[in-house]
Amino acid sequence: MNDVSNNTARNEWPLWEVFVRNKSGLDHKHCGSLHAADPKMAIQLARDVYTRRQEGTSIWVVRSDQIVASDPGDKAMYFDPMEDKVYRHPTFYELPKSLDHM
Amino acid sequence: MQASIKVSRDPAVQYLLRLGDSCLILAQRLGEWCGHAPVLEEDIALTNMALDLVGQARAVLTRAGELEGAGHNEDQLAFLRNERDYLNLTLVELPRGDFAVTVLRNFAMATLLKLLWQRLQQSSDAELAGIAGKAVKEARYHQQHAGDWLLRLGDGTDESARRVASALEWLWPYVAEMFEADAIDEHAARTGLGPRWADVRDEWMAEVLPVLTEAKLKPPADRAFRSTGKVGRHSEHMGYILAEMQHLQRTFPGGVW
Repeated sequence: MNDVSNNTARNEWPLWEVFVRNKSGLDHKHCGSLHAADPKMAIQLARDVYTRRQEGTSIWVVRSDQIVASDPGDKAMYFDPMEDKVYRHPTFYELPKSLDHM
Repeated sequence: MQASIKVSRDPAVQYLLRLGDSCLILAQRLGEWCGHAPVLEEDIALTNMALDLVGQARAVLTRAGELEGAGHNEDQLAFLRNERDYLNLTLVELPRGDFAVTVLRNFAMATLLKLLWQRLQQSSDAELAGIAGKAVKEARYHQQHAGDWLLRLGDGTDESARRVASALEWLWPYVAEMFEADAIDEHAARTGLGPRWADVRDEWMAEVLPVLTEAKLKPPADRAFRSTGKVGRHSEHMGYILAEMQHLQRTFPGGVW
């Protein structure tokens, strides 16, 4: 559990992570974080801070302390073994034309 | 030193100046929060709203200049008039105050502007109707933002409740001016340019009073006092804000970015 964002400081609003879906649709992308007292304020402030230049059509916010993150210390064990496994990329197949957006 | 311009007494022009000037001066007051708001996020929110209001003022003053037909553009109207020729509500020129004052004033003004923009979408002036269509969305958000803060402050800590109660005590007497009827409003209603501001009074009360109650606030009793910014007679604060707004254009006439 990542407790960096676990806010114990008094008088400080909790931290929220902000995800915005841009005009072109597809998925919500993480774009930053902010402090807010509750969910409603978090959404409003996310609108004010992160969508000022027409970046968004939809916003998600989530309390930072609710995010479970992998341990940076596990990086070597978790991710390095994938380095030499090119056969996991679907580059050895001829894709049908109807799937050309894969 | 750039000389002042004279502005037409045409009622349609005056009607637009009341609207545009109220947006302009409120924007200037909100801009004073830049770098001073309680938290960074709110600093950005307040200045966003100030910029929305500047945008509305620009559009309305531009249209006022066109209807006037004397060749005045938005900058000349914004920066080169004498105090008596500004027709904003006195409410918006009062000093910035603390955060509670700003929240309460924003809520009062956003509610008024939202109701006016809603009706101005049907203006006989197509240009003004177009401006209103864009502005009404901005005002709706301003109202929600300020309304939420009003509840938080009124129903928050002892300190926040005390501050917002004293803001209400101070600002409430200036609300009556919003709905004072006169010949300029009558002319606008008759020609279809826009509503009498008095026509939105009942709706304004119906939207504002329940929020005040929920925020555990009670407006003070009505008084005979009437502010008169809409007819160009301003409070002692107006000269200072105009000096700050105008000194660049007056010193460097026609200066641009």
